[in-house]
Amino acid sequence: MEIPYTVKARPDTGLYNAKVGLWLFLASEVMLFGGLFSSYVLLRVGAPGGLWPRGWLNIPLGTLNTILLISSSITITFAWAALKSNQFGRFKVFLGTTLLLAITFLGIKSFEYRDKLSHYQVTLNSGQVVDGHLVERTADHLVLHGVEADSPKAFLDRRSREFRQLQHEEFKLATAEVKKVEAYKPRMNTYLALYWTMTGLHALHLVGGILVMGYFWGPGSRMWHTAPEHFTNRIEIAGLYWHFVDLVWVFLFPVLYLL
Amino acid sequence: MQTAIQSMPHGAAHAEPHAEPGFLRQYVFSTDHKVVGIQYGLTALIFLLFGFFLMLTMRWQIAHPGQPVPVVGPLLEAVLGQVAKGGMMSPDLYNSFGAMHGTIMVFLAIVPLAVGAFGNYLVPLQIGAIDMAFPRLNMTSYQFYFLGGIIMFASFFIPGGAAQAGWTSYPPLANAIPTDGQTFWLLGMVFLITSSLLGSVNIIATIIQLRAPGMTWMRLPFFVWAQFVASFLLLLAFPPLEAAGVMQLMDKVAGTSFFLPTGLAVGGAVGQASGGGSPLLWQHLFWFLAHPEVYVLILPALGIIAEIIANNTRKPLWGYKTLVYAALALGFISFIVWAHHMYLTGMGTTIATFFQTTTMLISVPSVIILTCLLISLWGGSIRFNTPMLFASAFLPMFGIGGLTGLPLGFSYSDIHLHDTYYVIGHFHYVVAPGTIFALFAGIYFWFPKVTGRVMNEFWGRVHFWGSLIFMNVVFMPMFVQGLSGMLRRMSDGGATYALRPDVHELNRVILWGAVCLALAQIPFIINFFYSIARGPRVTSDNPWNATTLEWQTPTPPGHGNFDKPIQVYRGPYEYSVPGASKDFTPQNELPAKA
Repeated sequence: MEIPYTVKARPDTGLYNAKVGLWLFLASEVMLFGGLFSSYVLLRVGAPGGLWPRGWLNIPLGTLNTILLISSSITITFAWAALKSNQFGRFKVFLGTTLLLAITFLGIKSFEYRDKLSHYQVTLNSGQVVDGHLVERTADHLVLHGVEADSPKAFLDRRSREFRQLQHEEFKLATAEVKKVEAYKPRMNTYLALYWTMTGLHALHLVGGILVMGYFWGPGSRMWHTAPEHFTNRIEIAGLYWHFVDLVWVFLFPVLYLL
Repeated sequence: MQTAIQSMPHGAAHAEPHAEPGFLRQYVFSTDHKVVGIQYGLTALIFLLFGFFLMLTMRWQIAHPGQPVPVVGPLLEAVLGQVAKGGMMSPDLYNSFGAMHGTIMVFLAIVPLAVGAFGNYLVPLQIGAIDMAFPRLNMTSYQFYFLGGIIMFASFFIPGGAAQAGWTSYPPLANAIPTDGQTFWLLGMVFLITSSLLGSVNIIATIIQLRAPGMTWMRLPFFVWAQFVASFLLLLAFPPLEAAGVMQLMDKVAGTSFFLPTGLAVGGAVGQASGGGSPLLWQHLFWFLAHPEVYVLILPALGIIAEIIANNTRKPLWGYKTLVYAALALGFISFIVWAHHMYLTGMGTTIATFFQTTTMLISVPSVIILTCLLISLWGGSIRFNTPMLFASAFLPMFGIGGLTGLPLGFSYSDIHLHDTYYVIGHFHYVVAPGTIFALFAGIYFWFPKVTGRVMNEFWGRVHFWGSLIFMNVVFMPMFVQGLSGMLRRMSDGGATYALRPDVHELNRVILWGAVCLALAQIPFIINFFYSIARGPRVTSDNPWNATTLEWQTPTPPGHGNFDKPIQVYRGPYEYSVPGASKDFTPQNELPAKA
């Protein structure tokens, strides 16, 4: 007993089952990220005094990642097209490229995460604030490479002329004069909370996609020899999902990096 | 079009001998939609009973604050320890029972019963399909639901107990309570949302793709339409709550402040949170789910009632197309009414006016549906069996629930009624004698198909009359209490408030009403299990002389459902067709030669 339309399209809908299922799933995903983007809008509009961090992320790296992900969306389409034209070797190359691009994206992303985790803002008892990357931390002092200002507000807009004029140097701070040490983790402020949550959820989607595509590239590809049409459909579905993951990033990048 | 039902041998894949699947494969890890449906049904019924018991103990505390709970008091103390010292219910325990009563009833009992059990079991049968479109996802959906249920249930036994911030989990309260119950709640919800995602994708894809030849959209039974719309609501409304759940989890675990405003003081001390968040944001995201969720509770119930009314009046449903379009309109509008739960949050009168207008709009399709069902009774020669008794009681009960909602939908009258027992009364009329009656009706109606046996009619009537009377004894006084200003969520039942004594006295009436309501369920429970084992066997595959496809199967339907290819020739409610030889014409019966 076989469930109909698992491979062939149903004539009146023009779709096979998995495609319907995937489109529905993506509709649900749109609502998931839609909820997060709406939260972003509401929290940013409601931010006290209109203060919102700007220029906190590395735009060149973000741009590179955008290019990587868009390219991977193109290569997975080529992988599907290769199967459609019966070129299994070509498919392997293109799906492999997609996987490499995706993994590189995650690599760059984790580099950015690591950078944020070693980035600290230190409030001193004098009221001065030092902001920079941790060089060394011992029981009685910590060393930061960064900038110093009278108030954390100076670090909000990093594209401003005032911020650019601050002198980058190494600060050695005695533990006794330190009031508060805070890393650039989600808890630091609402912007970083959104950044970590949204890109984190997006990265989880990438990991899921990589696992599935990795399976189709490796052991799952044996299906090509027994049920080529079914396998081609699977790659099409994976591609649709991958385009969605790409699309989410296309929104995340301007919202978090540029605006 | 080719017939969809024929089994298609697939060469080598089916070469191995046809072995009987083992016990685990057949009953525990089954991919058969009927087994998954029954799993959902039994689990959800257990949670329904459990959620009811939580409320029974709370009703004792409300009626007799600070006195040891009889019967279960010592048990509570033995299991939960300090929070139930001396068998008494502490305010903390009251709060967590209240939060979990709502959570369990909505997310673990009613929706899984209405969509998980009835939807899974009946939708493929009614559209003439051999199974769901994605059987393995279907099994996974149940497993996620089960795990979510386990997490919720386990949270009672962790230090500090289960979540205490109400089923709505409003921050900052939800974050300020220092115990881990809320974290468990959020994790449990993530599992339940995943389960509902898989289930709703499956039901929609099945309806779109697997309809039998001839089963056009306007020949679908109304129940299928109701499941279709309800699944879309689950599919699109739940994810924003998942997003909100992730954010609250971040607030709880990673110390973010998505929902915590700047300078938030808890217990007199300003907290460590970075601030800048918005508690209102949670309410928006929560109600963006939770209002469509109400229609997820109602629509399948309306679908069940429609099937039973058509069958027992032996007439076509009045206004089938109107019903379908009304259900679709209901689905669309339900996405833009959510903030009528938030008139008193200070979000502003302009927004309140918008949501008040859409709320009045959504009552139009609801009234259309109820009216169609009511008119369907007109002129029928009604068979009053147990399912029909429940179905006919559903109409006025759901009517009361719906009409009492109107004063809550107007922002001015809501100022007086918000957060009082009036809201509880309104909501429970919709869901308890409303949806739950429909679910009971459905259980009595489809029991012969699922088990091949009939439930006892006499005890069914005892169950019905007991439930009908005591449901009203429980919920009707709540309108009075609410109108006199008695607030909800008071662990002493409002004793510390200066209310008229007779308003307090009603707490005792409700308590004994609830106890009697519990007693009225005993005939059902015994009848249910006794009939599975010993009930009289049905003599026909179609004991109610019904027209829809689920009755054109062997009893109970085997794996693959139908023993012959299905071709549909007509609409779902061809009852008492003039000139026909019998008073029902099944959808797949060959048309008479002209």
